[in-house]
Amino acid sequence: MSIKFLLLPILFFAFSEQACCQDSTDMMNQLINQSEKDKIHYAENTFKYTRVVDGHSVENLHKQVLDVRISHRFDPINSGIYNFFGLDVAVMRLGFDYGISNNFMIGVGHSVYQKTYDGFFKWRILRQSTGAVNMPITLSFVPTIAVNTLRQFDSVKTSFQDRVSSVFQLLIARKFSETFSLQLMPTFIHADRISFNHIKQNIVAIGIAGTQKVSKRMNVNVEYYYQLPEDQAPGAHNVLSLGIDLGTGGHVFQLHFTNSLGMTEKSFISETPGQWSKGDIMFGFNISRVFQLGNIRKRIGKRKNS
Amino acid sequence: MMHKMILLLMLLAFQNINADGQVYYTKNGNVSFFSKTVLENIDAENNQVISVLNTETGALQFSLLNNAFHFPKAKMESDFNEDYMESDKYPRSSFKGTITNLSDVNFNKDGSYPVKVNGDLTVHGVTKNISAPGTIVIKDGNVSATSSFKVLVSDYKIKIPSIVSNKIGESIEVKVACDYQKK
Repeated sequence: MSIKFLLLPILFFAFSEQACCQDSTDMMNQLINQSEKDKIHYAENTFKYTRVVDGHSVENLHKQVLDVRISHRFDPINSGIYNFFGLDVAVMRLGFDYGISNNFMIGVGHSVYQKTYDGFFKWRILRQSTGAVNMPITLSFVPTIAVNTLRQFDSVKTSFQDRVSSVFQLLIARKFSETFSLQLMPTFIHADRISFNHIKQNIVAIGIAGTQKVSKRMNVNVEYYYQLPEDQAPGAHNVLSLGIDLGTGGHVFQLHFTNSLGMTEKSFISETPGQWSKGDIMFGFNISRVFQLGNIRKRIGKRKNS
Repeated sequence: MMHKMILLLMLLAFQNINADGQVYYTKNGNVSFFSKTVLENIDAENNQVISVLNTETGALQFSLLNNAFHFPKAKMESDFNEDYMESDKYPRSSFKGTITNLSDVNFNKDGSYPVKVNGDLTVHGVTKNISAPGTIVIKDGNVSATSSFKVLVSDYKIKIPSIVSNKIGESIEVKVACDYQKK
């Protein structure tokens, strides 16, 4: 009898012991759930780099990061053995991109092709996220200006206006899974007067691009731009590019096959003479190296002090 | 006599129930780590660590989001999350353990108390039992805790490609600092 009475408080002991530990685990879970709700989880790495192949992806450079990009494009493979299947002739674009903030980057470049200077900015307006903010897509705005500085025949008078072209793009992207993302690119082009025999100066196009991660360091990309047939210049075809991204730790390599020689938006979207079906396929590769200018963590120090 | 004893035990039991209130927590604890090699020093800091400390049982828990670690270089941050921690797959790292010499700490008296902590550390989906020394500081009734210990990258199946292996140390020094508040 008395033993039973003794057992009772011991049972109490046991239960209260359990209750207390359960209590702190419960509290832990509660705190974790709360923080998950309060935090915004952004979709990282919708695309691997800031370019799909030639055109922009929704990825931005981080704040204070400088990206030096050297893009090469060889002659068509169908130019035969005399040209070593295109590798004897190469054009390139040298570009410098810089992240002003995590959502705003700028860039300038010079292409050998049509001696073109170009400049752009990319502004990420919406960012795909879950958690405290639920956003299904990432949306960016990219305007590009390019100037063709090729010398013209003396008989043809060209003003600066004749040489300038501008391209306005919206990038709408969604990361569907850890490995697969799609992007749509409604595009408006105002072409210059000397680069190509455009009948219409204003061209509307829509692009579609996708990326599939195949390993930690490799992505496969596809990019295609469709021009409205009534806007399309005679002799210009739609551009299709296939590429792979290779990250090696320090450098990034992007290797691709495309039917376009130009590497600025206006050139490859609206002035591509080549056709895949005729074998006008060009090999190209981009090399990119990023440099961090300044320590990004200074902002943490500030946050701590405030 | 027996009745008195039962009463005493009852009292003890109730006292223990009351003690459940002795739970301290923080939502912005600090965990940093440091890796030193000939080529590059890597340090990262996370200021959003969740921790719960039960001063009655010595139960101690931590949880943090891997992608809340901040590095001096943006590239280090993305490499850390993508290549090493695989933060998409394993978003959190956690620790669940106890203070083994709890009786040495007087939570009602100001002072600095060295403690030993033992428990399970889960990183990159791998759970390992670890022991670490720490210090609990009581000042004006406020509880704070610090600790410093080393973890081996290979213990947690974190693969470092040979191309960068000379940039990342095999052993990583982890520091913990939390200011707790009462529940």
